[in-house]
Order: sequence, then C-alpha cells, then structure tokens
Amino acid sequence: MKFLLDDTRRRALRIILVALLAVFGGLSVSAPALGDSVGEEYSATIFGNVKIDGEPIAGVRIVVDGGGYTAETVTDSDGRWSIGVPEVRNYNVTLDESTLPEGISVLEGGATQEVEFGLTDRVAKNFFIGEGERNETSIFDQIVSRFIYGINFGLMLGLAAVGVSLVFGTTGLSNFSHGEMVTFGAVAALIFGVGLQLPLFIAIPIAVALSAGLGWSLDAGLWRPLRKKGLGIVQLMIVSIGLSLTMRYVIQFVIGGGTEQLPGFDAPKMNLFGAVALSSTDLMSMGLSIVVIVAFAYWLLRTKTGKATRAISDNPDLAAASGIDVDKVIRIVWIMSASLAGLAGVLWAYFRPGIKWDMGTQILLLIFAAVTLGGLGTAFGALIGALIVGVLVEMSGLLIPADLKYVGALVVLIVVLLVRPQGLLGRKQRVG
Amino acid sequence: MDWGSILNNTLAGFLTPTTIAFALAALGLAMHFGFAGLLNFGIAGFMAIGGYGYAISVLTFGLPWWAGMLVGVLGSVVFALILGIPTLRLRGDYLAIATIAAAEIARLLFLTTAFTDVTGSADGLFGFNSRPDGSGFQNSNPIPQGTYGFGPFTYNEQTLWVLIFGLIVLTVAVWFLWALMRSPWGRVIKGIREDEEAVRSLGKNVFAYKLQALVIGGVFGALGGIIYTAAQNISPGVYVTSLTFFIWTSLLLGGAATIFGPVIGAVIFWVIQAFLSNVLPELATSGILPVSTTQASTLRFVLVGIGLMLLVIYRPQGIFGDKRELTFVK
Repeated sequence: MKFLLDDTRRRALRIILVALLAVFGGLSVSAPALGDSVGEEYSATIFGNVKIDGEPIAGVRIVVDGGGYTAETVTDSDGRWSIGVPEVRNYNVTLDESTLPEGISVLEGGATQEVEFGLTDRVAKNFFIGEGERNETSIFDQIVSRFIYGINFGLMLGLAAVGVSLVFGTTGLSNFSHGEMVTFGAVAALIFGVGLQLPLFIAIPIAVALSAGLGWSLDAGLWRPLRKKGLGIVQLMIVSIGLSLTMRYVIQFVIGGGTEQLPGFDAPKMNLFGAVALSSTDLMSMGLSIVVIVAFAYWLLRTKTGKATRAISDNPDLAAASGIDVDKVIRIVWIMSASLAGLAGVLWAYFRPGIKWDMGTQILLLIFAAVTLGGLGTAFGALIGALIVGVLVEMSGLLIPADLKYVGALVVLIVVLLVRPQGLLGRKQRVG
Repeated sequence: MDWGSILNNTLAGFLTPTTIAFALAALGLAMHFGFAGLLNFGIAGFMAIGGYGYAISVLTFGLPWWAGMLVGVLGSVVFALILGIPTLRLRGDYLAIATIAAAEIARLLFLTTAFTDVTGSADGLFGFNSRPDGSGFQNSNPIPQGTYGFGPFTYNEQTLWVLIFGLIVLTVAVWFLWALMRSPWGRVIKGIREDEEAVRSLGKNVFAYKLQALVIGGVFGALGGIIYTAAQNISPGVYVTSLTFFIWTSLLLGGAATIFGPVIGAVIFWVIQAFLSNVLPELATSGILPVSTTQASTLRFVLVGIGLMLLVIYRPQGIFGDKRELTFVK
C-alpha cells in the first residue's frame, strides 16, 4: 500500500537503491565486510544495497557471472550484499526479480546488468527498483497530472515569490535570506504541530503569526537601521546573505540535520480523474494558496496600504512627498513578505515532503527565477512567474532526468535576464 | 580542555591545500568584485569546473596531470565567456542572480545521475591524483616518501607536494594581479568600477574590459578548484552556494580591492574555522557550552554568517582596504 501512496510523484515512485558506501579515495586497502558476503578470499568486490523508500529488503537473490566465474548471495537484513570476484573485469550482475516483494521489479536496464570496474577493485552496483508498471499511464495523462502538480508547486512558490518581489519593489533589496524565512514557517509549524501536539488548524496560524513577528523584528532590528545608515543595495544584499547563513545554521542548530514530518504528510491519494491523484493535503494546500493569493491581491489593489506600497515601488521619493509614511509601509511589507513566506514554508514541507534545515535554500533560486520571470518588483508578475516556473519544473521531468528538473528553471531565469530583463509584467527600464 | 592540541590544529589552518584554494578563489573574486565591480556569486561554479575539468580529463581522456589542469583552466575560460557575453550588460544585482544560477546549473550537471560514467554523480571522482600509468600529479612528486616539517606544520610527501605546487601557483597569481592592477589596463578596470559611463565616454570598450576581467578572475577561481582537487577527491557537495559565500567572507575580511587582502582573508578565515571547529566541540564536551557536539560544530557557521553581516555593515573595505577604494554604490 505504501507504494501506491507514493505512486503519483515520480521521484518517489522510482525508489532508488542507494549505495550507502561512499568509496573513499580508491586508497582503501582493506575493504570492510559488507552484508552477506561470498568470495571474500578475492580482492575485488562487487557490492550493493537493495532498498525501497529507505527500507532495506532482505533475501533478494543476486547472481554475479562472468569469465567463467559464478557466485550468488542474498541480501542481509540491512539490504546489503557483497560478492568477491577473482579478477577485475566486466561481470553480469543479475537481480532475481522473483525474490523481490510482490509488485516490485527492476525499472531500468533490466534484471541483468553489466558491471565495469573503475579505478579501484571495488565497485557498487545498484538497481532502480519500484512499483512495476512504470509505463502504464499514457503520455497525455502524465502531462495532465504533471501540470496539476506544477500548478500546486507554482502556487506555493508564488506565495514565497510575492514577498521577494514586494521587498525588492519597495527597498531595492534582493533578499537572499528569503529562503530561511520559508524554512522558519515550516519549523514553527513543526514545533507547535508536532512538538507541542497542537492541532494543525491552530499550529499553522501560529506559525504564520510567528513568521509575521520575524518579519517585523527583522525590519525593526536590522533592515530599518541599515536603511537609516545609508547602506548601498549591494551591501544590503551581502548582509542578507550573512543573515541567510546565520538563520540557516541556527535552524540546523535547533532541529538538527535530519528530516522531520508534519502530521498528515502521508495522506492517501485520491484518484480524481485520469491519472491525476491528489491527497486531501494537496487539495487543501492549493485551496489555501488560492484564497491567500486572492486576499493578497485585494489588499494590494484596494486597500490604502496596498496602494501606498505600489506607489513606493513606482517612486519612493514622490510617495514620501505625497504624505505616505514610507518606513511604515516598508515595515508592513516585511511583515507581509515574512508571513507569506512562512505559509509557503508549511506548504513546501507538505510538497517535498519533509522539513529540513536547508529546505528554503533549495527553492530560493526558483523563487528568484519566478520573480525575475514575472518582472522584479511587480507582485502579480511574481505570481505568474511562479506558476510558470512550477509547471515548467514538473513538466520538464517528462523530458529530462528528475534530478535535472531545477536546471530547466534556472536556464529560463538566465534566458529571461538576457532577452527581457524587465520580465513579463515589468516596465522597460535600463538594467545594464 | 586540551589547549595544546587546539592550538596545534588552529595553527595548522594557516597552510593547507584548502587555505591556498580559498586564497586563489578569493583572488579571483577580488578581480571580479574588488577591481572590476562585477558581482559574481558563482565563484563555486568556476572552482567546480576547474576541479572537474582536471579530474575528468585525467580519468576519462587519460591526459597527463598538467594537461588535465590546463583543461580545467580552459573550461573556466569557456564558462566565463558563456556567462559573460550575455550577462555582463546587466545591472549588478541581476548579474549576481545570473551567476549564482549558472553556478548551480554547473553543480547540478555534475551531480545528476545522467552522466555518472563521467562525473561519478553524487559520489564524485577519485584516483586521478595517482595514476597506475605514472601520469598523475602525485606520480611526478619529486619529494621522497617521509614526514616533513615541525609541530602543527607536519606534512607527508603528498600534501607537501600539493602545498609547494599550490604556493607557486598562488605566488604567480598574486604577482599577475598586482602587475595587472598597476598597468593601464588595471586603471581602466578600476575606472569602470567607479564610473562606467565616464570610461565609456573616453572611448573604451567597457564590455570587452569587463569580459576580460571575468575571464581572468574565473581562471583564478578554477586554479583554486584545481588545487583543492589535487589534494583530495572531488565531489559535487563541496561546490554549493555556501562555498561561494564563504569565499566572499574571506574576500571581504581581507579587503576586496586589495592584492594581499584576499590571501590574508582566506588564511584568517581558515585559522578561525580551525580554531572554532576544535574549541566549540571541546567546550561542549567539557560542559562549558550547554549544547551537543554536533550543535557546537554548527555554531561556527552561525558565527560566519554573523561575521559576514558585521563586516559588511561596519567595515566593508575589509581589514586592509581603503574605504575610498570600495564605494559599494552599484
């Protein structure tokens, strides 16, 4: 059942066998005994690790064959196996699929694969295994379902991106510490939702409120004094990098280096239509994002503070001259930016899924890509940019390997800077 | 508390292959930011390309070590051109975002499993410094096997060889930058940093000068990556954006618009890092700090962040810089 839950997200579906053993330096003379070993009398070794979703699978039969030598073993309780071979040459390694759990098979390259020794006499061989019917869904269904995940991801990204855009518009600062504001929201939800066992509908508002407090105190304690001191944009940007490092490692100090989960992260997926399966968490996440974004748009377009914010983005001096309290508006912008980032952090924790000390940093460049694509300083541009980046990241997985899907978004970022640096909605101005 | 070993390990931070690599990369950033005013946040990408260029050409193409290192340098030149030709016309903060994105693209390409055969993906590459056919960097080590030096500065013949080679490269790089900056070319570059329009109005091709500065600084960065790689294995986890920020910290510590500042900044950075990484866990174990040893070693990065902020706010010109030299206006 567990695999069905993960089924929808491709990267999770293709659970990988991980080589836990990093091979150090090719200098290692004595190899540590690994798993269930055969042929230990030989100096050369082929080894591997059979795992699915981090769970080792014991009793999987592995056969090594080549050069007139055949040996077989089964994985131990940690999923590990190791087979000594008499010479350094190519061997065929076979994973006996009949010994895998029901419904699991080798996804890539077939059950028998060739292994080549590199520079050392030890080589790792792992198989991509997972839920067997990989190509069952049609291309069209895949496109549709990826599009939906992309929208979900894009909405989350948009919540984070508008904050960056507002801050840039009003103060000119490219805030590199925004990623940590995202992480902060998730960690706050973790502390109240898991640590103090509060129900989520209380813990998440508390997390957002704490994020708002973070935004307030950062502006009051750091950014406003620095503005008064007259620091340049570049200096402020490097200060935000220092702040980012500080906050990131303070968070690691508090929650450690591991991954934590919020309650309900493994809510079962429901088949909606076609190949589109979403969990209740996904649906709530999308709904919440849309509600918040609509409220935000109302605030920006209809309220007095929202108008003042836009006025400052257009021309701070003129805004100040017409009686707008610039410092007060910027304070509100920081509070808004941090609380939206905090909410995005909670949603990001569900989307990944997991809370980790560097989770915000992972999407910082995607946020920048969204903001740049939409037009620096334009809030709605950031939203559109975020949706495009979100869909692009998810859809690009159809064409390029999953671990390269962020590359597409970053390439788009650079290309946009080249051909249309003002972004989709930005006004043309000299940027070079 | 074993103060003897703490002192010993701290002093050892003065001279390690990593310190030399940081000094070279910081020197590259000094060229980019300190002298030419280019906000390069992708120095980790230049280092990665230098290091991987060296390792891959030795392992995959079987080149001798010196040719491999040249390939690494050439790779960084190409990277600088690809990056610079389109982006150098952008305003400072746009350039920062473009370079940081480019460095991440480079890292993700080295990390992906799509090119495991060549890059080793997450495990990285190893075994390129000593080659069975005798063409490796350590194979041409003239120093006989043994232990050299005294006290904290005790090295085996392999590390000593990397250090000697690294110091030669660093000396040449420092000399080259010094000579460049007192040449007419250097004056134009500084002029561009101060007022691009003024230089343009004198008929100088500002774009070409900036591109040349980007290439030269990028080569320094690649050399840093190569020295780092010559001392150990290469793995993509090293070349993250944090590395860029740590090198920026070294640079701003010493003084961005100085010749020796980046070198001294790198030394100070690593001596402090060595001190903190030894003293903080000790304090935790002996109960003076009420934290676990893992938390204690995280603390030093918190201190790096705070240090970077204080530095930029209160002494942006660095320890050795001249305030007039670095206006930070752009």
